[in-house]
Amino acid sequence: MTMNSQGRPSTPAGADTAIPETVTGNRGLQIEEALIFEQDSPGRCGVDLPEVPATPMRLGAVKPRARVGLPGLSEPQVVRHYTRLSQKNYSIDTGLYPLGSCTMKHNPRLNEKMARLPGFADVHPLQPESTVQGALELMDALAHWLKTLTGMPAVTLAPAAGAHGEMAGMMAIRAALDHRGEAGRTRVLVPESAHGTNPATAAALGFSVDPIPAGPDGRVDLAAMTAKLGPDVAGIMLTNPNTCGLFERDIRAIADAVHGAGGYFYCDGANFNAIVGRVKPADLGIDAMHINLHKTFSTPHGGGGPGSGPVVFSEALAPFVPVPYVVHDSNGFRLVEGNGQGTAFGRMKAFHGQMGMFVRALAYILSHGADGLWQASGDAVLNANYVMARLQDTLTASFEGPCMHECLFDDRFLKGTGVTTLDIAKALIDEGFHPMTMYFPLVVHGALLIEPTETESKAGLDQFVLALKSLAVRAKEGDVAYFQGAPRLTPRRRLDETAAARKPVLRWTPAAEPALAAE
Amino acid sequence: MRYLPLTEADRHQMLASIGVSSVDELFRDVPQAARRSGPVEGLPNFAGELEVERQLSAMAAKNVAVGSVPSFVGCGAYKHHVPATVDYMVQRGEFLTAYTPYQPEISQGTLQVLFEFQTQVALLTGMDVANASMYDGATSCAEAVMMANRLTRRKKAILSGGLHPHYRDTTTTDARFIGFEAVAMPAAPRGGEDLVSLIDADTSCVVVQNPDVFGHVRDYTDLAQMCQTKGALLIVVVTEAVSLGLLTPPGEMGADIVAAEGQSLGNALNFGGPYVGLFAVKEKYVRQMPGRLCGQTVDADGRRGFVLTLSTREQHIRREKATSNICTNAGLCALAFSIHLSLLGEEGFTKLARINHVKAVQLADRLSGVKGVEVVNETFFNEFTVTLPRAAAGVVEELAKRRILAGVPASRLFPNGKNGGQLEDHLILAATETTTESDMDALVKALSEVL
Amino acid sequence: MTATVKYTKDHEWIRVEGDVAVVGISDYAQSQLGDVVFVELPEIGRTVEQGKEAAVVESVKAASEVFSPASGEVIEVNPELEADPAKVNSGAETDGWFFKIRLSNPGELDSLMDSAAYKEFVEGLH
Repeated sequence: MTMNSQGRPSTPAGADTAIPETVTGNRGLQIEEALIFEQDSPGRCGVDLPEVPATPMRLGAVKPRARVGLPGLSEPQVVRHYTRLSQKNYSIDTGLYPLGSCTMKHNPRLNEKMARLPGFADVHPLQPESTVQGALELMDALAHWLKTLTGMPAVTLAPAAGAHGEMAGMMAIRAALDHRGEAGRTRVLVPESAHGTNPATAAALGFSVDPIPAGPDGRVDLAAMTAKLGPDVAGIMLTNPNTCGLFERDIRAIADAVHGAGGYFYCDGANFNAIVGRVKPADLGIDAMHINLHKTFSTPHGGGGPGSGPVVFSEALAPFVPVPYVVHDSNGFRLVEGNGQGTAFGRMKAFHGQMGMFVRALAYILSHGADGLWQASGDAVLNANYVMARLQDTLTASFEGPCMHECLFDDRFLKGTGVTTLDIAKALIDEGFHPMTMYFPLVVHGALLIEPTETESKAGLDQFVLALKSLAVRAKEGDVAYFQGAPRLTPRRRLDETAAARKPVLRWTPAAEPALAAE
Repeated sequence: MRYLPLTEADRHQMLASIGVSSVDELFRDVPQAARRSGPVEGLPNFAGELEVERQLSAMAAKNVAVGSVPSFVGCGAYKHHVPATVDYMVQRGEFLTAYTPYQPEISQGTLQVLFEFQTQVALLTGMDVANASMYDGATSCAEAVMMANRLTRRKKAILSGGLHPHYRDTTTTDARFIGFEAVAMPAAPRGGEDLVSLIDADTSCVVVQNPDVFGHVRDYTDLAQMCQTKGALLIVVVTEAVSLGLLTPPGEMGADIVAAEGQSLGNALNFGGPYVGLFAVKEKYVRQMPGRLCGQTVDADGRRGFVLTLSTREQHIRREKATSNICTNAGLCALAFSIHLSLLGEEGFTKLARINHVKAVQLADRLSGVKGVEVVNETFFNEFTVTLPRAAAGVVEELAKRRILAGVPASRLFPNGKNGGQLEDHLILAATETTTESDMDALVKALSEVL
Repeated sequence: MTATVKYTKDHEWIRVEGDVAVVGISDYAQSQLGDVVFVELPEIGRTVEQGKEAAVVESVKAASEVFSPASGEVIEVNPELEADPAKVNSGAETDGWFFKIRLSNPGELDSLMDSAAYKEFVEGLH
């Protein structure tokens, strides 16, 4: 036979599984990426701008500045920089985020396409109203959907995020009380399981926060709550479904009791995904509820924002809605800016609200429709109950089911193992999952709050359950070292948060940069 | 329904695992009266992409896009050219769909971006440290005042009449409900304010804007020193981030806090949002700063990495004692800002600022030649005020019919009678690197015809 | 560190030295808090009240109020804690002290636990 001596081996040879040290510190597709400031080439620029004609300036006494201190990079370098950085991130596009109360559902790209239509993206907030009728129409359409889904008569689209929405709701309540001549109502009841923004918002507005304990069933203790009512109560801030993932069965009684005592009912709508399109919060007796467009309505989390937190209001609070808001009359759509009918509580930010998020949310809402939203909340609750059913023999569920769109476990199953909730979370990362919400709510010890959302497949959930169950078993077998060293397979191992807080380094500074990388 | 992966077979199996016969049983805790038997009435059913595109495109088509006509609208939001790279990078799924970086081991992308962003903001403003962004410039301004109140243990803020009215109103809303005093000076289209004489033992801060809402550019070094001698803080607001490429930055003038709007870099106009608030302070004030902060540290292998830090200021930990109730930063908008600035670099950013100024100078000179138009400003960056022979709002409407967006009538921001409003004939115009000669020709021609 | 030290149920200790008393948090408290990253101390001259907040101690994930075990005027604060908050962990009951007060009502100390009683109290918490 003729011999071809150019043949290359086609089967992997040998059993060498050790991960090599590389000269660059890179590991295959995982590339170590320096700061942009460390890649400066003076004079280099990634944008081509025309030359500026020499013109006498009109800056008066102000001198043109000497130097900003920015690094110069070309376009290819900038693209590589951000591409490499993105590859160090987990994301919804990558996998499941079982984060309780965050509703990390799929972010449709149709939303992005619609938000970038020039008729939405390239429109200035202060253009004459006659030139932005379509933008005002969109805001009105979203407002209509939110009011109809919740059954509430009024809405503000102004708040820039959920916490900002809470602020709007509580400001409206304060304004309503002042209008009634009841400035003495300064106490707000807040369950111990509430998210930190609730008491923070109330306290910031000058209310005193009176905590309500949870009963053994994880829900507000109705008797304890009623006992706290009095003529100085401004209202209650309640999350429903609550932060333990449970529907507050007594909610109507709670609403009636608070109203009977002359207070208002603020509902934290972070968990609206469990009931959207199926239950109208108006039927539960609420006066105000914020809606997180970046949770229930799929607008992207973007690594921390931007969000959007519209708030729906009852008839009683409607006169106090902040400016600006959209009205629709025979002349078309108008923006009311001044102070509304004289009772608007004021303005909350510059311009009209997070329009870019309104477009995305409306695209999502139109895509689902009333029947799609019915199906979505049903699947969200089904997924959470499925996960709970599959895990409750290995982990310790804090309360009896059924749960709503999220299920709560605590660390009793880890007792005596030396492994903590945090350790389980870090080991889960190596298994390819972002951890669930940990140590919240505070009403149980070492909480693990799991919310799969409706956009997870059954196969995906099964894999998550497999990973979490195996880790729980491993913890019970006493393999503490495994957990304390986790994660090992990520771009960075556990980071020293103590050092970061003791000696904060919050920016790069030239020349003073110590060599920290182990080279 | 394309976003819902569960099949009927899946649901069947899952219900069996749970031990119930229908999804309805899982909702048994909902009071009977509130349980609906089917989808909410009066709303349409689901729609495919094509249909949704048609509906939303029809709405979009009713708006006049700024880039499609000569436009001179500014006052807190500016039309700049954003390089194509920015929007592509921002839409990478690992940035777009990532959560807040609470698990730093799998969020080094977001965290490094925030660290770089904080550095860029500190450099631009000439301050020591910056946070990872706020909702927008107006909420930054309000938060700056509240921080000054905490630091000085005083409760009165003095707001310049050159401050953008939306920023003023956002601050006064907080003043009313949070319990401090915000003294808003009347509109000052020609400057001439005496802020120093108003500073007393109750004053926590003085808030000025540079360039101000009418476009005037000033050196606030003397004011900074006066504030300091009287124990008050100087807060400088900047609504046009590009101005920081040409003007002496507030940090070099002695500002204690800078509250700014970053929309001009990387972010489209978006009819008012989402935008990106910038917040920068002197080193000594770091622990009183609101908002998220990203810090540098090392991991278990000794390699440099980044984490969110100083979180104990925030609401989810301090609850009632938080420095503010902010839970989000402007994430993706901060990323876009950062990418744009990375592309520009020192050369590009400073050049961009000079181009903006030169365009405004050209526009001002051309408008001075139009009968009836008087340019008010002696100083400006890329925005200035003119007076017209009649109400500016009407002129703007007429020019809109001729497909020219002629600027912001001052009466829109200072309605009749309020805050010194005798400003019906004042018009505020902006020019940027996107303003062309033919844009200016069109404006001049149209104004000559209607005035 | 035995005879003159008293403890509160909120895990603060107070050691009397003449008419001045030194205040800090207990070793048990620091072990529960984890790594201390920052301590917010009261200003000199401030009047503190028994059982009311006088300082704040921060770890990475939590901030805890420190209540004054007795009433009085703050006359000194620990200058080392700003640069080295870790001293609270390594020497909670020694060089990790927080502040010193001039007692306005020494009788208040009678209601506090001594070393042995506090030790029993902590054991009962588990």
